[in-house]
Amino acid sequence: MSTETLGVGSFGANLDLRAKRSNRSLRDGFATFLMGLSFVVVLVPLGFVLATLISKGLSILSWDFLTKGIPTPRHVGPGMGPAVVGTLLTTAMASMMAIPLGVMGAVYITEYGDGRGFARVLRFFADVMTGVPSIVMGLFIYTIWNVRWGTNLHGNTAFAGALALACLMLPIIIRSSEEMLRLVPNDLREASLALGSSKARTIVTVVLPAAFAGILSGVLLAVARAAGETAPVLFTVGAVTATNTNPIKGPTTTLAREIFLNANSPFPGPRERAWGAALTLVLLAFLLLVIARMVAARFGPGQRS
Amino acid sequence: MTVTTLPPTIPPAPEPPPKSFARRRSIGDRSFATVAVLSGLSVLAILLLISWATTKEAWPIFQHHATGFLFSKTWDPNSNHYGMLAFLFGTVVTSIIALVFAVPLSIGIALFVNEVAPRWLRRPVISVLDLLAVVPSVVFGLWALQVLAEPIRNFYEHVSDALSHIPIIGRLFEGPVNGSSFFTAGLILALMIVPIMTSLIREVFATTPANEKEAAWALGATRWEMVRGAIIPHSKAGMVGAMTIGLGRAMGETIAVALIIGSSPQITAKLFQPGDSMPAVIANNFGEASGDMRAALIGLGVMLFVLTLLVNLSANVLVQRSIRKSRGA
Repeated sequence: MSTETLGVGSFGANLDLRAKRSNRSLRDGFATFLMGLSFVVVLVPLGFVLATLISKGLSILSWDFLTKGIPTPRHVGPGMGPAVVGTLLTTAMASMMAIPLGVMGAVYITEYGDGRGFARVLRFFADVMTGVPSIVMGLFIYTIWNVRWGTNLHGNTAFAGALALACLMLPIIIRSSEEMLRLVPNDLREASLALGSSKARTIVTVVLPAAFAGILSGVLLAVARAAGETAPVLFTVGAVTATNTNPIKGPTTTLAREIFLNANSPFPGPRERAWGAALTLVLLAFLLLVIARMVAARFGPGQRS
Repeated sequence: MTVTTLPPTIPPAPEPPPKSFARRRSIGDRSFATVAVLSGLSVLAILLLISWATTKEAWPIFQHHATGFLFSKTWDPNSNHYGMLAFLFGTVVTSIIALVFAVPLSIGIALFVNEVAPRWLRRPVISVLDLLAVVPSVVFGLWALQVLAEPIRNFYEHVSDALSHIPIIGRLFEGPVNGSSFFTAGLILALMIVPIMTSLIREVFATTPANEKEAAWALGATRWEMVRGAIIPHSKAGMVGAMTIGLGRAMGETIAVALIIGSSPQITAKLFQPGDSMPAVIANNFGEASGDMRAALIGLGVMLFVLTLLVNLSANVLVQRSIRKSRGA
């Protein structure tokens, strides 16, 4: 590669690239080195984080850890069951709200709005909404839900946390689904319409199935992000030490929330549990990421063309 | 003759049939369209609701203590005094530190993936960035607090010893140093905004017309000269947009910063000392807050919302414009 560039280097010298030939290739090599280095600089701390996570979290991770109640701070030993249940409940409910809404929003933008005019405005604001800090989403749900229902059992619930997470997922799902819908060839739509299908039928039976893999992959990434979010659930779900499986009644907690609350603890027990919870959470997110990648690679638009 | 002036309006005559056809569209078809429109509108509805609900709840602070809230740097719940300046300062400083590190790294990685890495290496590199993006913020916070803080404090001590004698710039590194500080928070933020910035910058770089790149190659440019001569000039606006989006993310990032910034509101040039930021103070104090303090914390949330909204609005305008311009060209 470098010999090639060297070979034609003499032509470059006629331009205002006044540096000597060897100097130029040296500079090129140095720049290339820096590009590779910047990746290594990011890779190393990530590797450190994951290595610490495994070394500190693996020792406590067990079936008991995933199912038992949370002990008091002075106790050492397993127990994150309520947080595991809470994480699954809030994330699942948030997905049930955000996925249909997000995919339909994307359908509006690409299929009805044609990406122009008002649809473009919506897409723009979906982008803007992606940047709204997660803590603001938490405050928002707190003010419209927990302030209103705070005094009874329906105030601090998994559902309140799910509302906040859904707000966070919605714009991500809209944007990723919209991009996938745009990749569906117009021929498919026209063929279906020409056969006499209504627009809705075309979208449901032709367009959405064609983009299904891409949409699913984007959705899974959004779910992975939401499962690890702390700020939206921090003061919307309440606090428990025993498992609560009722999503609309009584408080709960999540893994991310427990990590945050225990990270500063002066006792070894909570700190150890925080590492266990962190490993659980990262494994969950990693699993979703891998499934998303597999779906995208297996059935994705890149594969078909 | 009047007929000839009319045609521009008359030709729609062929249209009525589709229209009446459209009117006869099934209820299912129409309701599907309505649901789609409403789903799209939910984005705007939520954004408006956020502004309304949070402002309403923070109103006591805006009504009675507006000037103190906006322009005072004292935050003292005991004497009922709530000024946001120290938190705004922390937010801005940590975000700037994050950008200083994340921007060159993101540009480097973007170029590495797009231009340097062989095909087989691209996918793994992108997977690593994806992984970095899904590791929860709280996990980075936990790691920074329990693993990084101690060794980095020792490192700060060396840096402080070496550099704090330099006039002016030395003040940035003056002790006493602390592992939980503006600087550590900035470093963690940098790590967290690299994935989003890299993917945006890659997208912007990829819009460089192939013929401009080929022209550079044909003139005998080295790869670096091609990057400097073709890719960078073409991508300036988009890169600024990507940076601005990274800035917005860094400003709003809550949990990792809340754990590692040290939670002591102060305005100082000393980067190795603890500080506090707007989202961090909300996360750390909202649980026990009531009355005016709760209103003040929600007020901080409102200000944060407004700030990030402005940053994101301008960023998206920049990114969209640059990508669309190059697509249209």
